[in-house]
Amino acid sequence: MEDNVVLYIDNHTVVVPVGTTILEAAKEIGIEIPSLCYMNMKDLCITNLPASCRICVVEIEGRKNLAPSCATRCEQGMKVKTSSLRVLNARRIVLELILSDHPTDCLICPKSGKCDLQRLASRFKIQEISFKGEQSQYEVESSPSIIRDMKKCIYCRRCEMMCNDVQTVGALGAVNRGFTSTISPAFRKDLKDSECTYCGQCVAVCPVGALTEVDHTNRLLRDLADPSKTVIVQTAPAVRAALGEEFGFPPGISVTGKMVSALRELGFAKVFDTDFAADLTIMEEGSELLDRLTRFLDGDKDVCLPILTSCCPAWVNFFEHYFSDMLDIPSTARSPQQMFGSIAKNYWAELMNIPRENLIVVSIMPCLAKKYECAREEFADAGGDPDVNYSISTRELANLIKRANIDFNALPEEDFDTPLGESTGAGVIFGASGGVMEAALRTAYELYTGETLKNVDFKEVRGLQGIKKASVNLKGFELKIGIAHGLGNARKLLEDIREGKSEFHAIEIMACPGGCVGGGGQPLHHGNSILLKARSNALYEEDYNKPLRKSHENPYIIKLYEDYLGKPMSEKAHHLLHTHYFNKSE
Amino acid sequence: MCCGTGCRASQSEQIIANLQEILLQKELQEEVQVVRTGCFGFCEKGPVIKIVPDNTFYTEVKPEDAELIVQEHLIKGRKVDRLLYLNPETQEHEPDSKHITFYKKQYRIALRNCGFINPENIDEYIARDGYLALGKAITEMTPEGVIQEITASGLRGRGGGGFPTGVKWNFTCKVEATQKYVVCNADEGDPGAFMDRSILEGDPHSVLEAMAINGYCTGASKGLIYIRAEYPLAIERLKIAIAQAEEYGLLGEHILGTDFSFDIELRYGAGAFVCGEETALIHSMEGLRGEATLKPPFPSERGYNGFPTNVNNVETYANIPVILLKGADWFQQIGTEKSKGTKVFALAGKVNNVGLIEVPMGTTLREVIFGIGGGIKDGKRFKAVQTGGPSGGCLTDKHLDRPIDYDNLIQAGSMMGSGGMIVMDEDDCMVAMAKFYLDFTVEESCGKCSPCRIGNKRLYEILDRITKGRGTLDDLDNLRNLGSVIKDTALCGLGQTSPNPVLSTLDNFMEEYEAHIIDHKCPAGQCKALLSYVIDPYKCTGCTLCARNCPANAITGERKIPHVIDTKLCIKCGVCMEKCRFGAITVQ
Repeated sequence: MEDNVVLYIDNHTVVVPVGTTILEAAKEIGIEIPSLCYMNMKDLCITNLPASCRICVVEIEGRKNLAPSCATRCEQGMKVKTSSLRVLNARRIVLELILSDHPTDCLICPKSGKCDLQRLASRFKIQEISFKGEQSQYEVESSPSIIRDMKKCIYCRRCEMMCNDVQTVGALGAVNRGFTSTISPAFRKDLKDSECTYCGQCVAVCPVGALTEVDHTNRLLRDLADPSKTVIVQTAPAVRAALGEEFGFPPGISVTGKMVSALRELGFAKVFDTDFAADLTIMEEGSELLDRLTRFLDGDKDVCLPILTSCCPAWVNFFEHYFSDMLDIPSTARSPQQMFGSIAKNYWAELMNIPRENLIVVSIMPCLAKKYECAREEFADAGGDPDVNYSISTRELANLIKRANIDFNALPEEDFDTPLGESTGAGVIFGASGGVMEAALRTAYELYTGETLKNVDFKEVRGLQGIKKASVNLKGFELKIGIAHGLGNARKLLEDIREGKSEFHAIEIMACPGGCVGGGGQPLHHGNSILLKARSNALYEEDYNKPLRKSHENPYIIKLYEDYLGKPMSEKAHHLLHTHYFNKSE
Repeated sequence: MCCGTGCRASQSEQIIANLQEILLQKELQEEVQVVRTGCFGFCEKGPVIKIVPDNTFYTEVKPEDAELIVQEHLIKGRKVDRLLYLNPETQEHEPDSKHITFYKKQYRIALRNCGFINPENIDEYIARDGYLALGKAITEMTPEGVIQEITASGLRGRGGGGFPTGVKWNFTCKVEATQKYVVCNADEGDPGAFMDRSILEGDPHSVLEAMAINGYCTGASKGLIYIRAEYPLAIERLKIAIAQAEEYGLLGEHILGTDFSFDIELRYGAGAFVCGEETALIHSMEGLRGEATLKPPFPSERGYNGFPTNVNNVETYANIPVILLKGADWFQQIGTEKSKGTKVFALAGKVNNVGLIEVPMGTTLREVIFGIGGGIKDGKRFKAVQTGGPSGGCLTDKHLDRPIDYDNLIQAGSMMGSGGMIVMDEDDCMVAMAKFYLDFTVEESCGKCSPCRIGNKRLYEILDRITKGRGTLDDLDNLRNLGSVIKDTALCGLGQTSPNPVLSTLDNFMEEYEAHIIDHKCPAGQCKALLSYVIDPYKCTGCTLCARNCPANAITGERKIPHVIDTKLCIKCGVCMEKCRFGAITVQ
């Protein structure tokens, strides 16, 4: 059988492997056929191929109608025209049609400048829409994390695909038909009343301004300007790996030092690092793992294994909705964001003698679910003051920096403040899928065996494969670990556990493709998996260059336990660093 | 007694009850059998009764006529003239169905048993060679042999696409899979079309038999009929037929003692027009949103639940058993070069004989409309005929002598579709007609692709403007350009054909569009916004009748003095014109 096909695109001869689409083949010879609904994250096996926007149509000799190049496979001898008059006219009219049912208030759209539709309209120099008519009208709907403005929806179905096929959450789907077709939770419920986990992947792929995040930048600016408040900040590991993209850095450049400078410029009293809390998470979660393991090996039949990580708030929402029969399996450890908040508002505030009510803890997160997590009632004191006041996304931070006239590129590299800014390499890699487990292994191995780990790099848990497996020999005991990113992959592992088929002792789960680097609060990936790979690599590089790479070696963590918490899983640690879960299935 | 949906709606069940009661009174229940049949097709004249063996054809029968029929015809042997069909040309009563023009020019293959047998009795189907073809296929022929015969017959899909049936079967046959499906598309969605419903109501076994043959050829052991839930009678009769066929061993395990097993289940559609498109139909059966997906992969490779699936329309299936029994050569002789056999049409609109007809391919539109259809109602002038359902085109005088087949209709800017045929006369406005059909497709589009979702809506809006006198000449260019692009870019058959009513009327009735736009007039007098009622002061006697009847109080005037209509208040209901006894009110 032939492995290649030869075809002709705009008079160029192209040789491509069987199965290549016209869009891909054209790209290989430098012809960028415009598209809107199409999305292909090959490394993650995520594709959106409804072939429905009809922007990418091309003319194929011998065919009656124009064909969508995104979904049409190359055939031997095919003659394709990607920019004939017929194609250009059709493409322009289809684009005008889409624009005719889209608000044209681009100047005040949160997606302005980053909108695929806006870019296309500019590329086609659309200055007039010939087919004006009725426009779809929907109320803007807000949830704790995500805002839906369906007037702007172009019905590309990317969000639906992400929510249903990739995440298997099923909160968003197509409703109605014809001109009134739209995307909505079932029975036209609000997102906040649906199964939505706030993972934000719908936002990450939305090509227009129909799905955006709840914006806290103005609230932050007000707090920073209030002299009675001490405003401190924590930054999640994945933020530093992507923030540079907003300022012209190529993907995969870590901008930690500049980010710290920028945050100081913005006026934060202290710039701390969520990575510190990540090290703390390893101490608690790792100890919990060892505790369950020891009991298991001692013959305790009631012990819950595998243990599941609990850092990811979208994942927590997911199992509270769909696996509420298994709420005792995940680790009770709070997420790094919440551990940080708890330590900051208790230990650090006490240390600095700042009254809790005057301390504002802000987090910079690659995540939209974190906005919801801060607002969970169990993460506030008795008076309702949240441990983390609010969370802003990487995108919001970039916007703040631009608004504050900070020349990001010219900023010096600065270090985080102590004590809550000190971290090890283990904390840094929390931002990539597999990172939490790798960090946990580094610590668990040494704590369990009492020996020094020679090679701290567990490369088999890295990368973009949906489900990863590894095993570590702990003095003759084979510890089996599983890693899933994307909630659809997580569901598979969870169903195995439910059916008693799981082979693992510990499982790491991150809701977003690639882990936090692909989070819903990051510079929008719009389906570009190259970005995710580059960001992960940046984190692994930063880890590699860190002098300390094991959480339990973090001197400020050691001090925190000595001075304040006692030991991992102590009563105080339980009170401040652990949580419980709710049944949301009803 | 016809017991199709139409005749039942005009009390055929009551007529049967009355007949049976009187037969019992006269003690004739042993000699005379009252049989419920499927549709006779001559719906215009229903309820219809046919008396055999003399083939007397009574039309427009009322329940109270039952006694007369028994008394006069059955007992005394005298035909009831009053109930016989009156030939409009000769003004004579036709003694039997063979002499009625409506039937004379028809050739019934798919409808062969409709009106002849009791569809709820499998024995009657068997008596007319039913299940003989299935027996022949599975005991005497190889699957390839059957496919070859069907391919050689030249039968093309009757659902609209016209794809060669044998070729389609061969595709499914060739794909290797652990499971395959045969699906009958009974999601008849064209407004005013009832070909499939009538076949299923009148001769359900012919479809079941053909599906089993299809299963045998393609290697499928499972058949599914996707039928609109709005067809309760067809569903009921299918259920009875399936149960009877299973009881007789003609469906189920080891049919006729062979290794071939095949069963059939029903799946109900909720009435979405787009679910007649085969990929949308399959998704609907899978419990998903009824939306078309891109082909390839074709259902023959990946269909229902991912397995190879052969989808054919009801009428296509109804042809199969006859072809196998009479042979491909026989079928080949009927029809035109590229379109073989017959086609069933639902003839409707402004034609004298509304009903269901079956004619050989190649019959002209003139023969159908003026021969079988008996010409235009009330002696009005023929204007256009719309074929192919809501997304077909409008054909005119100049197309009347064109032989009907797949290719000719497409060439003329319309299509065969599933067989809807709506006749229009001089009172029909073609712009309003195009708007009517667009309204339907806008409503029925699944919304998936942009050209169909938004484009059809915009076409509709432009047409709406024109019918309200707010159109511009630019709109004409926009209609044509937009219509062509929608056809060229839409994802499925619905969008690829939905602009046809607009494009074909632009081609054939440009002057009507121009009249709406330039003169702000609707020549057919149908577009209300463009009408104005005027009282001729020389004819008006001031009788006040119009003013008293005007629901909008738009007419003023003193007694015995000519009245005046205030056009701002007038709602254009036409009551005044109807009431005026002096012909003083005209519409302009």
